[in-house]
Amino acid sequence: MTPATTPYRPGQRAERYGFLQLLHAEWTKFRTVRGWAFGMVAAALMVVLVALLAGTSSDQKGSPSVPIGPGGEPVTDSFYFMHRPLAGNGSITVSVSALRSSVPAGPADLRPGTVPWAKAGIIIKQSTRQGSPYAAIMVTGSHGVRMQDDYVNDTAGLPGPVSAASVRWLRLDRSDDTITGYASADGARWTKVGAVHVRGLGPTAQGGLFVASPPSVHGHGTRVSVSTAVFEDLRVQGHRVGGDWTGDQVGRMRPALHAEWTKIRTVAGPLWLLLGMIAVTVALSAGAVSVVTCTSAGCGGDMTKLSLIGVQLGQALVAILAVLVISGEYGSGLIRTTLTAMPHRATVLAAKAIVLAGVVTAAGTIAVLGSLLAGRLILPRHGFTTALGHPALSLTDGPTLRATAGSILYLILIALFSLGIAAIVRDSATGIGVILGLLYLPPLFSQVIGDPDWQRLLQQMSPMSAGLAVQTTADLRDLPLSPWAGLGVTAGWAAAALMAGGLLIRMRDA
Amino acid sequence: MSAPGIAVAGLRKRYGATPALDGMSFTVRPGVVTGFVGPNGAGKSTTMRVILGLDAVDEGTALIGGKPYHSLRRPLSHVGSLLDAAALHPGRSARDHLLWLAHSQGLAARRVDRVIEQVGLTSAARRRTGGYSLGMRQRLGIAAALLGDPPVIMLDEPFNGMDPDGIIWMRGFLRSLAAQGRAVLVSSHLMSEVQDTADHLVVAGRGKAIADAGVTDLIAAASRGRVALRTTAGTHAMRVLAHAGATAAATGHDTITVSGLPADRIVTLLGKSGVPFSEVSAHRATLEDVYLELTREAVEFRAAMPTEVSR
Repeated sequence: MTPATTPYRPGQRAERYGFLQLLHAEWTKFRTVRGWAFGMVAAALMVVLVALLAGTSSDQKGSPSVPIGPGGEPVTDSFYFMHRPLAGNGSITVSVSALRSSVPAGPADLRPGTVPWAKAGIIIKQSTRQGSPYAAIMVTGSHGVRMQDDYVNDTAGLPGPVSAASVRWLRLDRSDDTITGYASADGARWTKVGAVHVRGLGPTAQGGLFVASPPSVHGHGTRVSVSTAVFEDLRVQGHRVGGDWTGDQVGRMRPALHAEWTKIRTVAGPLWLLLGMIAVTVALSAGAVSVVTCTSAGCGGDMTKLSLIGVQLGQALVAILAVLVISGEYGSGLIRTTLTAMPHRATVLAAKAIVLAGVVTAAGTIAVLGSLLAGRLILPRHGFTTALGHPALSLTDGPTLRATAGSILYLILIALFSLGIAAIVRDSATGIGVILGLLYLPPLFSQVIGDPDWQRLLQQMSPMSAGLAVQTTADLRDLPLSPWAGLGVTAGWAAAALMAGGLLIRMRDA
Repeated sequence: MSAPGIAVAGLRKRYGATPALDGMSFTVRPGVVTGFVGPNGAGKSTTMRVILGLDAVDEGTALIGGKPYHSLRRPLSHVGSLLDAAALHPGRSARDHLLWLAHSQGLAARRVDRVIEQVGLTSAARRRTGGYSLGMRQRLGIAAALLGDPPVIMLDEPFNGMDPDGIIWMRGFLRSLAAQGRAVLVSSHLMSEVQDTADHLVVAGRGKAIADAGVTDLIAAASRGRVALRTTAGTHAMRVLAHAGATAAATGHDTITVSGLPADRIVTLLGKSGVPFSEVSAHRATLEDVYLELTREAVEFRAAMPTEVSR
């Protein structure tokens, strides 16, 4: 049976339906989203990247930057600190009647346990900044009373664990740069544990009580421990006291860094971008040195600079990575989760900057050294030999070393510059567009501009032209800026962008 | 715990000329689920962002356990929140997402596996979240909120995109969190979702709390001693009841809502007059009724702008 109703037929009929219509639709989509024009530039670069990828893969392992101690060495500096500013000389005394620790025994299950190097005692420290100089006297989980200073020095005092039955009295005296630690079992008879010189405490240091509970490496991550101590009979003598007692966790940076490092290593994008950066940098450099030849003496030319030309392309991928590190989070709304977990926004931006600088240093070093190696291997085959006045490229040559180290620093600065810009504009496509514009447009303009004074000024101001002056090893007199001053200009751009980004991220609603 | 889980007082905020918050005040107590309801654009999400220190206010305070959010050390162990389940990097697995959050708080990786298990995502935890359904993302968001084992939980529209199984699971889960003594704040623009979950209700409209009371109180107030009557002889029944001094209104093709007379008097009257009826019961208002009555004034964008206008 045929139904009585006639099927609905649309009133309008398309004249044509084909590829042109599809093209029109896509063009409308494209032109109606602001910022996609910028994204196109990035897309073009990504195509180059994919084409050049050699299918290599590597497992990058590493750790984020750590605080640097007074001796210049990396240090661990994380503890809970109840402190107040203490001016001049004087002493702090306290008794400790308990130090208890808990370690994870199962999922979400902390059980009392022993942490041998759990610490509780008195500390005088230059400031609450991580890595600042200090001296401290403390009881420990199973190493008795210790006096420690500046992260590396350790002196043993009274042995044995602390308990209500065996209370430990601790005292720290300051006399200018000399800090003397004493311990006592009864608060009356004191034994000197040690006297140390601590440089840079300043006239007003932060003094007070601290508890530290070091984490232990466990399987895939670190295993946290929690320690608490019971302090009594706190006395501060002599010091001119300013300000109130404040409790602080020293080392807010560490969890923030750890989180940002976990973020960057758990997605595939950053690794691919960095591998791509290495590939395009080395490929362009190798290509550039392959097309030059020298047949007689006096060919001239700056072969170091030519060997490092790949940086001019590689920096684009570094910039894209840096922008995505923060604007990707704005795009998805993930930034709110980040700022909820870490409400100190400047710390978040700093942690991102440090992690980014770390990975770019690693990849940049490979890319730059790879480019230099390509030049060293290829150039002699094209006639650039010692006989014709071109010794093989070598890091023992001062200017070449400067150009190489400078190129790595340049890539790091471009990463920080891009991160700052991305923190300002927040949108990925716009951020990438702005960065690539700021990098590549001034050199184009300076070719168009006829006036030599303006041309020179543009070269001195532009982040790329100025910064890459650091690669020059021949005819330095012709440079608009000296090599290091040029890199300084790039650093200035990076600092300004990061500061503006940091300010805005703090001021704006997330 | 002396201070309430969440205490919000006199929040005011404008986006240009539009007031987003206009004196929002309420508290969220431990041990109960508090529903935070109101039409789109009433200021629910803005309030939550202010509580979490993400948005600044022009006036007012928002405290978690008596402290402003910025002063919390390891904030995720004070309050767990879910604002937007879609806020994820699609290329990162659920486990890795929770892992960086754990690292930001100095928590162990074991805690991550524990919360994944709690929300029932274990089998999918190592898959990229890009392939997750909205319901799975909601579960992941809940896991993130539970990561620090906080005494305060705050969820923005957690029922969105959940299938019926998921909604039933979520209700039970929220109640169990409250039963553990946590303060739980759950926002929704659908009353039916919070009706069986919340004990307490904050109704938001035009940037302020227009009701802040227990669910049973609100329903009792809206019911006002009315009686529901089911009869096939509606006109006759209404005439009889009106004659006896009651107010009767037809609410369906065979239902009438009567006020002004107790149920037993109605039965006697109808029996005497020979009006057939099949059911007489106390009228119980639904939260929908309460909500519609309370927000009638507050709905700014009825019909004309059906889309979400809150930022």
